[in-house]
Amino acid sequence: MSRALALLGLLVAGLFAASLLVGPAGLPPGASLRALVSGEGATGLVMREIRLPRAILGAAIGAGLGMAGAAMQGYLRNPLAEPGLIGVSGSAALGAVLALHTGLAAAFALALPLMALAGAGLGVGLVMALAGPRGGSLTLILAGIAISALAGALTSLVLNLSPNPWAAGEIVFWMMGSLADRSMSHVALALPFLLAGIALLATLGRGLDALTLGEDAAASLGIRMARLRLGVVIGTALVVGAGTAVAGAIGFVGLVVPHVLRPLVGAAPGRLLWASALGGAAMLLAADIAVRVVLPEQDLKLGVLTALVGAPVFLHLIYRMRRALA
Amino acid sequence: MSLLSLSGLSVRRGARVVLNEATLDIGAGECVGLIGPNGAGKTTLMRAALGLLPHLGTSSLARMPAAARARAAAWLPQTRDIAWPVSVERLVTLGRLPHLRPGQAPGPDDRAAVAQVLERLDLAGFADRPATDLSGGEQARVLIARALVQDTPLILADEPVAGLDPAHQLTTMQTFRALADDGKAALVALHDLGLALRYCTRLVMLQAGRVVADGPPRKVLTAGRVAQVFGITALMLDSAEGPVFQPLAVTGATEGDS
Repeated sequence: MSRALALLGLLVAGLFAASLLVGPAGLPPGASLRALVSGEGATGLVMREIRLPRAILGAAIGAGLGMAGAAMQGYLRNPLAEPGLIGVSGSAALGAVLALHTGLAAAFALALPLMALAGAGLGVGLVMALAGPRGGSLTLILAGIAISALAGALTSLVLNLSPNPWAAGEIVFWMMGSLADRSMSHVALALPFLLAGIALLATLGRGLDALTLGEDAAASLGIRMARLRLGVVIGTALVVGAGTAVAGAIGFVGLVVPHVLRPLVGAAPGRLLWASALGGAAMLLAADIAVRVVLPEQDLKLGVLTALVGAPVFLHLIYRMRRALA
Repeated sequence: MSLLSLSGLSVRRGARVVLNEATLDIGAGECVGLIGPNGAGKTTLMRAALGLLPHLGTSSLARMPAAARARAAAWLPQTRDIAWPVSVERLVTLGRLPHLRPGQAPGPDDRAAVAQVLERLDLAGFADRPATDLSGGEQARVLIARALVQDTPLILADEPVAGLDPAHQLTTMQTFRALADDGKAALVALHDLGLALRYCTRLVMLQAGRVVADGPPRKVLTAGRVAQVFGITALMLDSAEGPVFQPLAVTGATEGDS
């Protein structure tokens, strides 16, 4: 188990370094790393202002999405759950789309992520209000679905009302998710939320382990269910809201990563949290390297690639599960 | 010493009163059988006593903080929930959670306690198997082990013998009775009145949300009450092997029906 975590950690470190060393500028690795430390010259600028923020965001958002996926699956006791289920990604996307539509995003660089964060906050507030203080997991899913549907409808409305095809195209491309051209100010904006969310989710391991036995038995083991639910929702909202705000909608990481890693940790939901954080970071860093390598001229979107890779992996897992059940 | 004290405990579901002013005390050394037909309120009584349901009246357990309650009483729900394919050993170890400080991993003492309970319930050979791979009856015994390993003065169990083979029904009831004989206590909801008569030190009979009888098994399980509450006739014998109870025939409507 600790060996699996150590291997995942090494993988993340290797991919983080690779993410720093791969790019259209085609810089030699040794010089790149020296320039990253010294910050001198054009190479230093590329490393510190373009590649470093991209690598940091890839690792942090991936870790957040992976951990939120593990927490959501553990809380709902369902391997098909994913962080987007509680409506935060939809409402964050709506905030971002509004920023693009109103021109705020063009007027002020951080307007888009700030509006997306506001959207995420509003979405999670509505979901909690709808789900009620005492309800179980079912009311939470239903509230999340309702808010997702509402945010999706409003996003479509904004697209529908966009003044010209280019404005609509800008919105559509943003929604596909990307880490290209993000700056250190994006890192400064998103990282505190991502780290806070990860720290909060990491405390939930014991409650999620106990939930293996069902809500009643977990409560009788001294787990305060209302507090556990709040932790899952707020932690997920923090990482998904911040991730969507700076990188757009990136799907499948929170769904596939916990699923793939579950057998590695003996299926224990608590231990799956950190494993999925590392696995998510590795998956997103690898995907972000791939979009730069596979089609460097085409600006392949990160969210498109994670879905392209994630969906077949998921299909394979379903196939394997079906065979195991037969 | 009282381990559970209920006073005027009532639960409403909408306009319906599903538990009506239940009052009872359970002390050390008692193995209390909770009996009554389907829908009489057995599960509701136990869940409300644990503070898992909104209720009126008082329960000594429901008033405790969650962490203290988890060290005072273990709860074995009737639904046998095992969400993930974790190993039997890991699943049973969850019962040690109330005894661990935040962030503390199970130590050698916890592992020894788990191994001992697995041995006692005839489950030692299953320790490394994924719990979801076991048969229904085996899973039921694993979940009993989880509740026993919690090592609380009181254990509440909702139909723990349902779905078990005869040998394991007997050993399970012996386990609960042995807890009582060791100075702990158990409150066990049962449908098998024969087992209730043989193994419990006391029976509490529920009908339509009310406690209608409470006392020594032979005093509670009279032919009159069996007919009135369960709507059956039964053969009750005192054999050399102890009391025997065999349901014989359905007599018709019970008084609780509406």
